[in-house]
Amino acid sequence: MSRKLLRRLQIATHVGALTPLAALTWLFWQDRLGPVPVVAVTRLLGRYALALLLLSLVPTVVRTVTGVSKVARLRRPLGLYAFLYATLHVLAFAGLDYGFDLGLIVTTIRESRREIVGLGALLILGLLALTSIPALMRALGKTWRPLHRLVYVAAGLVVLHYLWNYKELRRWPVLAGVALALLLAARLPPVARILGQRRR
Amino acid sequence: MSKIDPSEITPEHVYLNRRQLIAGMGALAAASLLGACASEPASEVPTPSAAASAATQAAPGPTAQAEQLQEKLTPLDDVAGYNNFYEFTLSKTRVAELAEDFKTSPWEVQVGGLVNNPQTFSLEDIMAFEQEERIYRMRCVEAWSMVIPWRGFRLSELLEIVQPTSQARYVRFETLADRSQMPGLKTPVLDWPYVEGLRMDEAMHDLTILATGLYGKDLPPQNGAPVRLVVPWKYGFKSIKSIVKIDLVAEMPVSSWMEAGPNEYGFYANVNPDVPHPRWSQATERVIGTGERRQTELFNGYYEVAPLYEGMDLEENF
Repeated sequence: MSRKLLRRLQIATHVGALTPLAALTWLFWQDRLGPVPVVAVTRLLGRYALALLLLSLVPTVVRTVTGVSKVARLRRPLGLYAFLYATLHVLAFAGLDYGFDLGLIVTTIRESRREIVGLGALLILGLLALTSIPALMRALGKTWRPLHRLVYVAAGLVVLHYLWNYKELRRWPVLAGVALALLLAARLPPVARILGQRRR
Repeated sequence: MSKIDPSEITPEHVYLNRRQLIAGMGALAAASLLGACASEPASEVPTPSAAASAATQAAPGPTAQAEQLQEKLTPLDDVAGYNNFYEFTLSKTRVAELAEDFKTSPWEVQVGGLVNNPQTFSLEDIMAFEQEERIYRMRCVEAWSMVIPWRGFRLSELLEIVQPTSQARYVRFETLADRSQMPGLKTPVLDWPYVEGLRMDEAMHDLTILATGLYGKDLPPQNGAPVRLVVPWKYGFKSIKSIVKIDLVAEMPVSSWMEAGPNEYGFYANVNPDVPHPRWSQATERVIGTGERRQTELFNGYYEVAPLYEGMDLEENF
């Protein structure tokens, strides 16, 4: 992979990740998010967080298939943007929806499986974001890799959180679950071996 | 977002101890029952059952809550722009456009089953019932609520005409399922047609109405035109829309949501902040159009229905 292509992909990542945030801020400002803007904002932030999280799992698979290792550098910005959106999603929930009323928030979370799994995912993503700081990466040494495999657990929890948001089974959470299952399957050693062989 | 004003969380009439209040309501109901018996001539139509007729007369006229709700009406744009009507789409904000051309005339409601006088009501027949305004808070199971000025009439008036037999213990309702008009029917999320049910005393209760309008006009299609049920102390999904069939039955009907998720949706579906949905809390609700939240009340604040469930475990019968 040329340095030029990598740079282009990096720019595309930043633009692609920040544009929805700008658009959403503008639409919220203009009150163009329908009758219940709080729900629209929270939901859209959550969807972008999940989309970015799934995208952050793609470079590893691309590396396996193509053998190009530089592409893995995209995981970091994608993962950090996913964490950014997840944080904003929770801020919208706690601030816009619950007015930072801690008592209400605690009651809600305690009674709600949907919120508990979401919170679990956020904590994992926070830990992974924190340990993406170069100094901490070095300090962790060999434990960094297994630790960061927790991203699959986080993604699984997010999919569940999304699925449980609705009264009935919806298409998008199911598709997200299928995508996650495929991305995870591609990392299993026997599958990865087959995927890797094809480049020879 | 704005902080929740304590007076908003707990309306004045709830400042009283709940138990005291419920007991008080019971006494009030009993008193008004006596009053009703004394002042009103006996109905010419034979009443279905003693329990049902007692329920009808227990609470005369709209509740005192209506006056307080008057100031909290949800704007029409929100009432008509944020709807759950799965026959059209799963998206709450898209129902209005998809239901725009929904044909509500001619319309017929077949009323039958365990009745002495089965009858088909045309839309004209339905509109011939004396219509009154009822301001109710509607609490959705998805933890949001609206305050809506309905126009309609008591379901009991219609049921008295068809004369339920003594075997009739439940009322079963059905929504229209017309594939040519309702694109959502292609999605098998629920077993169409949509079915809901009430126990006889719930159906005969004074608060239970068939609505034909809101904000003084005919119902918009997305709100369940031309005629829908409104049961204000139950979650919104009980208030079935665009009704074409009403049957009096002996056995408890299985509603569409009970069938779709028996662990998540029960027959009663009474609003209850202390019984969370398996996946989310019901303790509070988002008040549509205000950007605020309020504490959810038992029976959605319609405490006068409490006697209907006396001795019942509300956690068991959710």
